[in-house]
Amino acid sequence: MSAAREPEAEPSEPESQRRLVDVVLRARTFGIIVVLGVLVLITALIQSRFVGGGEVRFILSQTALYALVAVGEAMVILTRNVDLSVGSVVGLSAYVSANMFGTHPGIPIVLVFLVGLGVGLGCGVITGAITAIGRVPSLVVTLAMLYIIRGVDTIIVGSGVVLASTEPNSFLNIPTATIFGLPDLALAVAVVVAIAAYYLNSYRSGRDLYAIGSDPDAARRAGIPVAKRVFTAFVISGGLAGLGGVVWASQYATIESTAASGLELQIIASVVVGGVAIFGGSGSVVGAALGALLLQTINSALNVIGVSSIWTEAISGLLLITAITLDRGIQLRVAAALRRRRVRLGA
Amino acid sequence: MAPEIPIEATEAAQPVPAGSVAGEPPGAPPPEGGRAAARFGLGGVFGRLVRWEVALCVALVFVFGIGVDASGDFLSNYNLFTLCTNIGDLAIMALPMTLIVMVGEIDLSVASTLALSAETLGYLWSHGWPMAAIFVVVIALGVVLGAINGLLVTKVGLPSLAVTIGTLTLYRGLANVVLGPLTVSDFPAPFNELGVNGVPGLPFLSWSVAIFFVLAVIFGVVLHGTPFGRSLYAIGLNKEAASHAGIRVPRVKMGLFILSGVVCALVGMLYAFELSSVGENIGIGFELMVITVVLLGGVSIFGGRGTIIGVVLAAFVYGGLRSALLISSSFNENDFQIVSGGLLILSVLVPNVPLFAERARELMRRRAARGIIVSPESSSPTPPPTQGMVT
Repeated sequence: MSAAREPEAEPSEPESQRRLVDVVLRARTFGIIVVLGVLVLITALIQSRFVGGGEVRFILSQTALYALVAVGEAMVILTRNVDLSVGSVVGLSAYVSANMFGTHPGIPIVLVFLVGLGVGLGCGVITGAITAIGRVPSLVVTLAMLYIIRGVDTIIVGSGVVLASTEPNSFLNIPTATIFGLPDLALAVAVVVAIAAYYLNSYRSGRDLYAIGSDPDAARRAGIPVAKRVFTAFVISGGLAGLGGVVWASQYATIESTAASGLELQIIASVVVGGVAIFGGSGSVVGAALGALLLQTINSALNVIGVSSIWTEAISGLLLITAITLDRGIQLRVAAALRRRRVRLGA
Repeated sequence: MAPEIPIEATEAAQPVPAGSVAGEPPGAPPPEGGRAAARFGLGGVFGRLVRWEVALCVALVFVFGIGVDASGDFLSNYNLFTLCTNIGDLAIMALPMTLIVMVGEIDLSVASTLALSAETLGYLWSHGWPMAAIFVVVIALGVVLGAINGLLVTKVGLPSLAVTIGTLTLYRGLANVVLGPLTVSDFPAPFNELGVNGVPGLPFLSWSVAIFFVLAVIFGVVLHGTPFGRSLYAIGLNKEAASHAGIRVPRVKMGLFILSGVVCALVGMLYAFELSSVGENIGIGFELMVITVVLLGGVSIFGGRGTIIGVVLAAFVYGGLRSALLISSSFNENDFQIVSGGLLILSVLVPNVPLFAERARELMRRRAARGIIVSPESSSPTPPPTQGMVT
């Protein structure tokens, strides 16, 4: 409103706003890195083997799965939706893909990954279509899909179980394979994160996700095909969860119908801890991946200093609440700062 | 008095989820949706609610019909008692959930609250505490757990969805820690019999359902017959207007979350006694069933609409369907999980049907218009309402 009265102040105002918001977002990502650093330092002082190559490789390899699924989840949350079904998709995909080794001995591993991807995409299409076309809240739909997909999984698995003995060694070695001392999986996931980050930053359809999350109504009026973009986000989330399922299978080898149940909560915790606003419109996939890394590092650190793994769930819940509370504080501060600035410019 | 007017007005004009966004200012009429509602005879809040509840009654008769058809034992005391024990605890938790959804919030932490209080019961009992003291501790625990949710939502201003996903994880995590892998099962006989014997004189009626009936009457009277109850509708329909009308919105929400915490904590004890034991993963996944019952009962996920009678009917449709499907041998517990998820999706899709019809008409009109006028911009329709997460 002040801009209307004083046109000369107008050009600098949005510029400075953007810069401030940018700085805050960068500071948010930087914050995670600092926390990570402090955490690693303290744990290493208590137990020096924590920074050994083996432990670092283990954490990176563990993070790969979480970061992969978190990238998809982050894209959904950016649009002011949520996907609670990822844990079930990972479970279903893990069983279906690993079971291929039993039913089709000698099947190429690439094909198994494609099967997992297909399962995930299928689930994503269903969830996305109901949410986007049916115009119903994604919370309810994906909560229902969580149980439906798990139910289908249980029916398919029956009383059966995939055992490590049916899977080829080349598949089971995936989590431990390394290039230049870094796990293959972590590198592959880093590539996925980079592609997703580039897409979200530089493509129009990627930027649309932010616009939709900031204000779905305004986005629609601006001509953004909201339903299509939301649908796409769910399909990508499903597809990445499907790939995550294959990774899960290679890491755990033995797969039952309860595989990866409850994973969705850890994924959402990763995404939110990583600075993606639970109400959409702000955050980055790099942040989400870092959030996953932080959570896994905390789990490992607790393990190394001798805290029972029984505490894992409680701690990730506490982290999630802390992160959203912190973000709310930052958000209020930024809003206040912008308001002050506007007053100054207007005066 | 004051809340009555906005309910009628907004309800008639807004058959469709308005979403969470501050896009449309309150009071701006979304005309397309309103006409759609009128055409489908859904104008007026009472007409619509009666319809939904009548549909539930029909569903109830239908479900019991399936059950009786599947097995002559369906109406036996034993089967009805099993049905009651299966639905009672969920139904009790659905009552405070109804009020929370009514004001446009959600509580996903109910099952974890139940678990944490049940595990606390097990822990204290195994450490020789008297039952009366445990009772007090569990109630206090419920107050604290509910207050944490309430404070984060009202004081910090966080969305309840995010908060309760967090506390779902946190409370469940703490519950895992309290007892660890242990199981406690040496409760005294009178408590353990809660899950074995029905109410004296009515062998088919479990204690949980008896408690549910009493609570449902109280909740029903409070929601439909008191200014406080009406204020919940007002908050759900328009928080700002309610606040301006003098309703202390944060205090009401805080109270509802604490109520939910206490009720779920007490159900945790009841559930533990019914099972005669407390072990790992108690009550896991209950939040889905509770929310299914509430939404199936015709309570709008966007707040401001629903009745206790609808929720009571939905509880029995849900319990009856489960029992009917399980008694017809080909179904098992796991298949019902799928049915239950399907019901949940249906209960949010069905209220949108008028919207779909409207959009289909709009699309056809636009296609027809395009045949005459080339520019599609000129016939650009009113933007459809927002879709997205619940606030």
